[in-house]
Amino acid sequence: MKPVKKALGLLSLSLIIFSASCTKKDASTSTQAANVMVGEELIFGEFGSMTGSESTFGVSTHKGIMMAVDEVNAKGGVKGKKIKVVSYDDQGKSDEAVTVVTKLLTQDKVHVLLGEVASSRSIAVAPIAQQYKVAMISPSSTNPKVTQLGDYIFRVCFIDPFQGSVMAKFALNNLSLKKAAIFRDVKADYSMGLANYFAQEFKKMGGEIVVDVSYSSGDVDFKPQLTQIRDKKPDVLFVPGYYTEVGLISKQARELNFKGVLLGGDGWDSEKLTEIGGDSIVGGYFSNHYSADDQNPAVQNFVKGYQAKYKEVPSGLAAMGYDAAAVAIDAANRATEMSTKGIRDALATTKNYPGVTGVITINDERNAVKPAVVLKVTGPQKFSYIATVNP
Amino acid sequence: MTKWTFWVGTFVAVAALWGINYSLEEYANPYIVRVIINCGIALILGLSLNLVNGCAGQFSLGHAGFMGIGAYTSILLTTLSNIDFFQSPMGIGWAVVAGGGAAALAGYLVGLPSLRLRGDYLAIVTLGFGEIIRIFFLNMEFIGGARGMPGIPRESNFFWVYLWAAVTFIFMYRLIRSSTGRAILSIRENEIAAEAMGIDVARYKVVAFVISSFFAGIAGGLFAHYQGFIDPSTFNFNRSVEVVIMVVMGGMGSFTGAALGALLVTLLPELLRVFAEYRMVIFSASLVAVMLWRPMGIMGHKEIWHFFKKKGEA
Amino acid sequence: MQNIINGVAQGSVYALVALGYTMVYGVLQFINFAHSDIFMIGAFVGIYAAKWTNGYFPPIVQVMVVTLCAMAFCVALALTIERIAYRPLRTAPRLNVLITAIGISLLLENGGQVIFGADPRQFPSLLSTTSLLNSDELVLNNIQLTVILVSALLMVILHWVVHHTKLGTAMRAVSFDIEIASLMGIPTNQVIVFTFAIGASLAGCASVLYGLSYPKIEPLLGVMIGLKAFVAAVFGGIGNIMGAAIGGIILGLAESFAVYYISSSFRDAIAFGLLILILLFRPAGLLGTFRREKV
Repeated sequence: MKPVKKALGLLSLSLIIFSASCTKKDASTSTQAANVMVGEELIFGEFGSMTGSESTFGVSTHKGIMMAVDEVNAKGGVKGKKIKVVSYDDQGKSDEAVTVVTKLLTQDKVHVLLGEVASSRSIAVAPIAQQYKVAMISPSSTNPKVTQLGDYIFRVCFIDPFQGSVMAKFALNNLSLKKAAIFRDVKADYSMGLANYFAQEFKKMGGEIVVDVSYSSGDVDFKPQLTQIRDKKPDVLFVPGYYTEVGLISKQARELNFKGVLLGGDGWDSEKLTEIGGDSIVGGYFSNHYSADDQNPAVQNFVKGYQAKYKEVPSGLAAMGYDAAAVAIDAANRATEMSTKGIRDALATTKNYPGVTGVITINDERNAVKPAVVLKVTGPQKFSYIATVNP
Repeated sequence: MTKWTFWVGTFVAVAALWGINYSLEEYANPYIVRVIINCGIALILGLSLNLVNGCAGQFSLGHAGFMGIGAYTSILLTTLSNIDFFQSPMGIGWAVVAGGGAAALAGYLVGLPSLRLRGDYLAIVTLGFGEIIRIFFLNMEFIGGARGMPGIPRESNFFWVYLWAAVTFIFMYRLIRSSTGRAILSIRENEIAAEAMGIDVARYKVVAFVISSFFAGIAGGLFAHYQGFIDPSTFNFNRSVEVVIMVVMGGMGSFTGAALGALLVTLLPELLRVFAEYRMVIFSASLVAVMLWRPMGIMGHKEIWHFFKKKGEA
Repeated sequence: MQNIINGVAQGSVYALVALGYTMVYGVLQFINFAHSDIFMIGAFVGIYAAKWTNGYFPPIVQVMVVTLCAMAFCVALALTIERIAYRPLRTAPRLNVLITAIGISLLLENGGQVIFGADPRQFPSLLSTTSLLNSDELVLNNIQLTVILVSALLMVILHWVVHHTKLGTAMRAVSFDIEIASLMGIPTNQVIVFTFAIGASLAGCASVLYGLSYPKIEPLLGVMIGLKAFVAAVFGGIGNIMGAAIGGIILGLAESFAVYYISSSFRDAIAFGLLILILLFRPAGLLGTFRREKV
């Protein structure tokens, strides 16, 4: 076939040209990373899943961020500069996230990046934020890998190993239950991480994992797996998934006569949990970033303000979004130089910042060190505070 | 065209690409560059699927699966293996080719049994295959599983993507004017008549399918090394549908049409970004509108230059 | 045993949705991708209908009223789509209709996200769940039983309509050869409209049954159900009503057992793998008859 030969010739020719010239090229890459001074206004770039199947996460976070920014702007802004937020939708797709972050960094020239909720998308864009030397603060990506991707990447939430171990300790120490089953979401890296760290800690502390099965987010029928779990008779079932599936899981588990206690992570935190799960989920426990019941004035002010603004109870993600923006604002206030580098350096020295989701200290790995709370589902849209677990 | 003019032409074209690449990297806004490169990758996908969907008249819904194979195979070599050769820019170029090869092999394996079936069934089998591939990637921990695979060397650039787009275009254009191409076209026009004329229908279908898969794999490899990060959900059913839309919107069987479709499908959502949540609604509505008012696609079977020729010449 | 009950209940929903695909395919030879999104819309209509009718009727009557609302709305929607988007393309190549269907499907999904919000909604529990069979090994509740029985009933009715009524005969004639049928004096457009209406009403009914058993409704819910139902339709032999029913049940059972004994992570792969196998060995599906295309 003639075209094949021609195409191959063309290709190999260009390969040769390219490899001859590429040695020169390597030296000149990564020139864009300049320290940008803040001009008239301080610009925050937000990216999140505003549409698509994970849109609740993006939308809640967005509301929290906007609230923090509006509050500060009403008081005159940061050092006399108003804050502008540019937000884009990534539809919950990692390649879209990379595109919009490039746009935020190079066209809108933002000074701080806020996002993403999902660890996979934070991981996808972190190298770009690092390349342009703009600090990125993830409100709620809990995978350890995220902040390992560069010294401009921060987060204001705790990480999976900590959260997994919190629930393992809670099951053994507070509930004294020793036989656990794990029901994990293979599609969510978050869920996999939590499940692994839970299993590790639980076994280390003398517990027994009788069965470890999985589902995929988006599934609606969990009966085959739940039948399998029920037949092994565990005391507790750890479901580190998102509320969208957990509600159905608990309902079907109870329908199948499963009698153990349900445990979960911060993915449970939504009023939809009890709406979908009904009575079946009552009595379950989950770890979270904060509790709306908390009598701490910072929390109460946030909850009141949020309810006045959006007419709904803030979810954990909204609180995380609020804190991410608030920590960025705090860093800008403390920064010795109002520039992307100045803000980054101030962020790295955040210490004991009184956030809504606990007192936040950024450690050397740019992760937030802060306590987790354990909540109990007590009724429709009611989560009661049970315990605080410190790192 | 003599040999001499061919080589000079090639040299000039490659040099021109290289020049544009250099000036883009130095002077253009990276976001704009990114959109341009996304267009290039879409071009390769659209052009390659056009061979199967447009020219051979078979309906494949699994293009994203082949793209995924190309992407994952190439990163296996460049990111996960410790072979030094594949860390160099030239090695990455060959890893992308290897990705295309793997996709072509997969295309052969899928195509061989299923292309004996009628068009609609092929659609279903390829759809199923695409899903299986995605689920397979999802469950492989060593290639990142659901979290995805970060840290891929970001070596694809305008030069590489558009070089491949040009190769795809020229290859397809030449192919369809060869005897193989005419055989493939005859399958679209009338399968039974083609068979009666002594054309080995099954064989040519597989040939078209394998070539198409190869370029999809290339697109995947380029994409992976452009993004620097891939996860299985990038290669889902919606991506396949997107590629099909490119082909159909542009005009089935027209390569310039497929290219136009690829540009539209990539640029429209980007331009509609100001409409925020309504943009996907507008996008899908405009797709239906094109189908209703111009069922042949924007270009129909014609190539772009047919429109500039006088009636008598065409 | 539990797996059989789980599988049959799940399979019945697949089967009902699969019928919609199979009927349209049987008559027009095209895959109506928008069908699963009509199903999704039906579920949302069910939510609103349940809200409005709350308190006026006893539970069982309310379920029926809600089902009727969902069915009526689905039929109206399907007919509008057929009139606006599919009919003008009746003579166009099949691929175009397919793309239009995909376009409509995307439109409904994205439109649904704008109108209803992407956050899942809860489908009100109209019937309180009571266990009929309740031991440690085996559980069967009234909702599961309702789903199975209603689906079975609908399929029997449908079978009767297609094989023992004038309309059914007309439908089969159109499916056999649309041009000859119209020459024989069959009003083909009306028959096609009826086919869409029946398919959509089944989807509407299925959506309420679905909502009762899995009360999480979201705009993208149709996608996976649609793919699975479609697999079921092809598995049983597309265009064949009994085939769709059997295909649905087998798929439900296969998934149920596979998840229990192997692993859930390959659940969807199992469905599609099964499909590819059957297509390779029996290209027309389990009950389908292979029709050689005429010159």
